[in-house]
Amino acid sequence: MSDFQIKKTSKAYDVCIVGSGAGGGMAAYTLAKAGINVVVVEAGPMYDPAKNVMQLKWPWESPRRGASTSYRNFGDFDAAYGGWELEGEPYTTKDGTEFDWFRSRMLGGRTNHWGRISLRFGPRDFKHKSIDGLGEDWPIGYEDIAPYYDKVDQLIGVFGSKEGMPNEPDGIFLPPPKPRLHEMFIKNAGATLGIPVIPSRLSILTRPLPNNKERGACFFCSQCYRGCTVYGDFSSSSVLIKPAVASGHVDIIPNAMVREVQTNDEGLATGVSFVNKDDLQEYTVNAKVVVLAASACESARLLLNSKSTQNPNGFANSSGVVGKYLLDSTGTGMAGILPDLVGRKRYNEDGVGGTHIYTPWWLDNKKLDFPRGYHIEYGGGMNMPGYGFGFDIQNTNGKYPGRNGVQKSAGGYGASLKDDYRYFYGASFGMAGRGEAIAREDNYCEIDPTTVDKYGIPVLRFNYKWSDYEIKQAKHMHETFEEIIHASGGVVTSEKATKENNYGLATPGAIIHEVGTTRMGNDPKKSVVNQYNQAHDCKNLFVVDGGVFVSQADKNPTWTILALSMRTSEYIIEELKKQNL
Amino acid sequence: MDRRKYLKSLVVGSAGAGLLLQSCEPAKKEEAKEVPKTFTIDRTPDELKRELKLASETFFDEHEMKTISTLADIIIPKDETSGSATEAKVPEFIEFIVKDMPDNQLPMRGGLRWLDMQCLKKYSHTFINCSSKEQLLLVDEIAYPEKAKPEMQQGVAFFNLMRNLTATGFFTSKIGIKDLGYVGNQPNQWNGVPQDVLDQYGLKYDARTLAESVKFD
Repeated sequence: MSDFQIKKTSKAYDVCIVGSGAGGGMAAYTLAKAGINVVVVEAGPMYDPAKNVMQLKWPWESPRRGASTSYRNFGDFDAAYGGWELEGEPYTTKDGTEFDWFRSRMLGGRTNHWGRISLRFGPRDFKHKSIDGLGEDWPIGYEDIAPYYDKVDQLIGVFGSKEGMPNEPDGIFLPPPKPRLHEMFIKNAGATLGIPVIPSRLSILTRPLPNNKERGACFFCSQCYRGCTVYGDFSSSSVLIKPAVASGHVDIIPNAMVREVQTNDEGLATGVSFVNKDDLQEYTVNAKVVVLAASACESARLLLNSKSTQNPNGFANSSGVVGKYLLDSTGTGMAGILPDLVGRKRYNEDGVGGTHIYTPWWLDNKKLDFPRGYHIEYGGGMNMPGYGFGFDIQNTNGKYPGRNGVQKSAGGYGASLKDDYRYFYGASFGMAGRGEAIAREDNYCEIDPTTVDKYGIPVLRFNYKWSDYEIKQAKHMHETFEEIIHASGGVVTSEKATKENNYGLATPGAIIHEVGTTRMGNDPKKSVVNQYNQAHDCKNLFVVDGGVFVSQADKNPTWTILALSMRTSEYIIEELKKQNL
Repeated sequence: MDRRKYLKSLVVGSAGAGLLLQSCEPAKKEEAKEVPKTFTIDRTPDELKRELKLASETFFDEHEMKTISTLADIIIPKDETSGSATEAKVPEFIEFIVKDMPDNQLPMRGGLRWLDMQCLKKYSHTFINCSSKEQLLLVDEIAYPEKAKPEMQQGVAFFNLMRNLTATGFFTSKIGIKDLGYVGNQPNQWNGVPQDVLDQYGLKYDARTLAESVKFD
């Protein structure tokens, strides 16, 4: 290879943001609206769901009928580029531990994939150590973030219902969709069991958003995960980055993998260096402020890789906390069949992209053998067939009488089998729990001392183990799911969870709620950033992804990432005005 | 599976194909398949490269494809509602999916060969050259997992896979979706479960749900 030199991007910016997902998108939007000049450095290509279309496509338009590939782990129609493994960009694990790391390299990042579940953290979620003595309290409380949740609700849109539950704060909601048929069975089962089943809270526009002509309302195809051509749901690419760029204050540098945060002798950040994936040349870009939003683990990696003589442990890491207290949600599920629904009448049941109902955490941990709670998401109905449809009918058609009332032998072939697929269509349902784990110093990511990726950037090595707390929580989920299935009149069809398989508890990382690696706090010795997501060690460095979370709640992290990023962005605007940055 | 292992398994699989059925079938005619010109779904450059490569490869030989077609139509025949598995191009789907998911290659190839050997022993013909009656007698022995004899369990495993791929291929085709009566995947307005369906199950939305949910005229 010929010599290469590091090229300097000539334009100087006020703020350089690394990553364009929920945190980066919100920062770009908020700063740009205030007239601040921003550059967003994104590791993947440009993407626009109105142009890169998957929505309303039929299964046969994918040669594999929507099955997953190494390029799209959640199916051939999933909008997200990337997955558990990226070619030439490995990660490793330590001492036989496991961690699954989902990376989406594209404009909008993982918001192009997510389930649009938009839950606020409640008052208890910020101060849980004060309640049960575990983990750490946040330096902020619900009252600090509530105004930003309100603004996010109004800017982006979320449907839901006012419930007045103490730790499930209500938002400024659009009207929710009515439950589907199987969801009505579940709701009735919940009423019998004393388990709350309420309208779900998803960032999908069941009504047009007031004062926003750029986005259309939902037309109920249930395909949010494919990307929405009318921007009727939230993804950072369509809802935040697009208007931010339209303001004229934002440049995007796509396909740019950031290596390091650049620093000067005063210990301030001066910009970032990156490799352009298209021409493989090395570049730097300068800015007065650097904002990391590359995902909790990727931002930690970036800081740990930004070593210098002044910062031998990496940048903004005098505490040694960067990479530690890594958290993912607990998760497990159960599937069943509702015999009442066999042979059901056909109608369009697509609805919105996801569950119309959910169960927020409802129990008192004082009476349980594990800390913290979980919420339950539900699935089922007459979905569009895709790869896997009809699999293992031999486990179903021998268990229940067929259309003519006669019990058949399991399996079979021919016209009678063909009719079984029709008969059992739409009778399956299932549920998944998403719970809170306890943050631990010994669950972490660090730089692998021997491995680099194809750009020569040292990679992450993970060390993550579930404790008894999480395993007991998964056990409780399974007991609850079984009760709900039975009370709905259903039968469990999925494999029984046992002690040996940790009660089906998903591998750490698999729920894709990674948070905690650059946590916030008032004590610079125990935390990486302050309550404004500003590095204790460097006043012009901020982190706005899930890395700043002190604990995770049993809520999906996106809405809190958005609210905190907006709060941080307003703080940056004020500090720039005061010339403090 | 990483890409290198995947390519390697493809090569090994194809070589094995030639050896296995050399004795009873004429040499496979190699012809380049037409590659799809465009995709109607979003494809990244890397994906497109792989799609074109898959489309240019052939896995099953002619005898295997005929056997797959016969089995597919036994599993999902034409009836008063819709056409057969082969009319829905299920064999073409199965050919594609084993290239896309190489883990299916050995169970499919070996299973087809197992089936032929059973038929050769019992009826002195490969499966496709047996009479329909003979074919069904053999299928009866492997189509019912709970009733099958222990010595037929390999056949049961193969038939389960074949039934899965046939059903998925059929019901994700235009013919199959119409047969199933799936009527979504189009812009619409969700107003809740239709009244006649609520009545059928003796259900109704409570007053609060009706008041707070989104409604369309």
